[in-house]
Amino acid sequence: MENLDTGRLHNLAISDTGFVFDPVSGHTFNTNRTGFFILGLLKEGKSQDEIVLALTEQFEVEEQVALRELQNFVFRIRDLGLV
Amino acid sequence: MSTLTIAVTGMNAHDNPGPGIAVVRGIRDKYGRDCRIVGLSYDALEPGVYLHEFVDEAFLIPYPSEGEDAFWTRIMQIHEISKLDVLLPTLDAELPIILKLEDKLKERGIRILLPSKDNLEQISKSRFHRLRQQHGIMVPGSDIATDPSRLYALCEKFGFPVMVKGQYYEAYIAHNAQEAMFYFNKIRARWGLPIVVQEYILGEEYDVVAVGDGQGAVVGLVPMRKMYLTDKGKAWAGITVTDPELLSMAKKVISTLKWLGPMELEIMRRRSDGELFVLEINPRFPAWVYLAVGAGVNLPAAVVTLALGEQPAPMPDFQVGKIFVRTSMDMITDISKFESITTLGQLIHTPQESAK
Repeated sequence: MENLDTGRLHNLAISDTGFVFDPVSGHTFNTNRTGFFILGLLKEGKSQDEIVLALTEQFEVEEQVALRELQNFVFRIRDLGLV
Repeated sequence: MSTLTIAVTGMNAHDNPGPGIAVVRGIRDKYGRDCRIVGLSYDALEPGVYLHEFVDEAFLIPYPSEGEDAFWTRIMQIHEISKLDVLLPTLDAELPIILKLEDKLKERGIRILLPSKDNLEQISKSRFHRLRQQHGIMVPGSDIATDPSRLYALCEKFGFPVMVKGQYYEAYIAHNAQEAMFYFNKIRARWGLPIVVQEYILGEEYDVVAVGDGQGAVVGLVPMRKMYLTDKGKAWAGITVTDPELLSMAKKVISTLKWLGPMELEIMRRRSDGELFVLEINPRFPAWVYLAVGAGVNLPAAVVTLALGEQPAPMPDFQVGKIFVRTSMDMITDISKFESITTLGQLIHTPQESAK
């Protein structure tokens, strides 16, 4: 997650339902509650450790599970060209 | 203000619809019933002829292939009946003839707003590849072929897959020499020579509709991403986007070419490196132009204003995230309408019908 360029995330329109619109590319996405939560923290510029901690508190999961979820999510949004 | 009478072509609205009805909807949005819309149609069953809520009168006109004299004679007959103020052609093949008649039309009081002859030549498919060298506009490599040996040579030059295109219409992806030859013959049989062979750019396709003022300035523009394509590659749904690089490229094209009037830019963002390429420039509105109106930028109305020799009010910024979804449904009409357009070549809707 080091050197993650999150600049483009600031352009995204994200609704409470988890519906995401990228106004630059015109693509739309759907994300679940966890993804919605992570996107918000990435936009705030939180570090990996801070996001993992927030995930363990919000969803009551082990640190390892939270880290895996975060890494999977970042891999996915990188694949979509959002970071 | 006296009622304007505006004639619009492109009344076909089938699976590859013409832009006419979308253009008329934009005009109606501005003028309401304070204008009369004359639909010019090539066939009695072009659906726009029967859409009385948009079109007040419809007339059959000869195909451009019948020549300038036939077109002029028919337009004058229609002018005699309907007193046209503005003529808005919306189909590529009409433009050369109407440009030739521009002065004569103006003498009769019919205003038009079209790209210049130079503009049309610059964007013609046979000269399109020169835009990169002459104006620094990124376009894919392309060239024309008039015989099979040249076709094969160009396929070798660009490498498969390649795009095989007609000079006005139709484009296919060929993955090997056999396919290239098949499409070469198919397009030649329908539209004639030359055939254009173009480098294939793999990526995501965007479209921009715009109007230029002829001095290099943009009157208005709206970009969109195609969300759904038909089997003919036509957009059936799209969403407005705001990609700064896309906007910058469109502005560069308009300012470099000093474009006058409407245009559609087809742009591909290459998947491998994100580079933008202009695939085509069409010298007319696209069929999806009503999306621009829906996004707050009434480009068809702006063209009417410019054609009348006036300056349109500054355009607002377009709204991002507006979507068009094209529909297709059956309209019910009476045989008397069909009889009128087929026997008289005209169909005048009653004011009561038009007001519906």
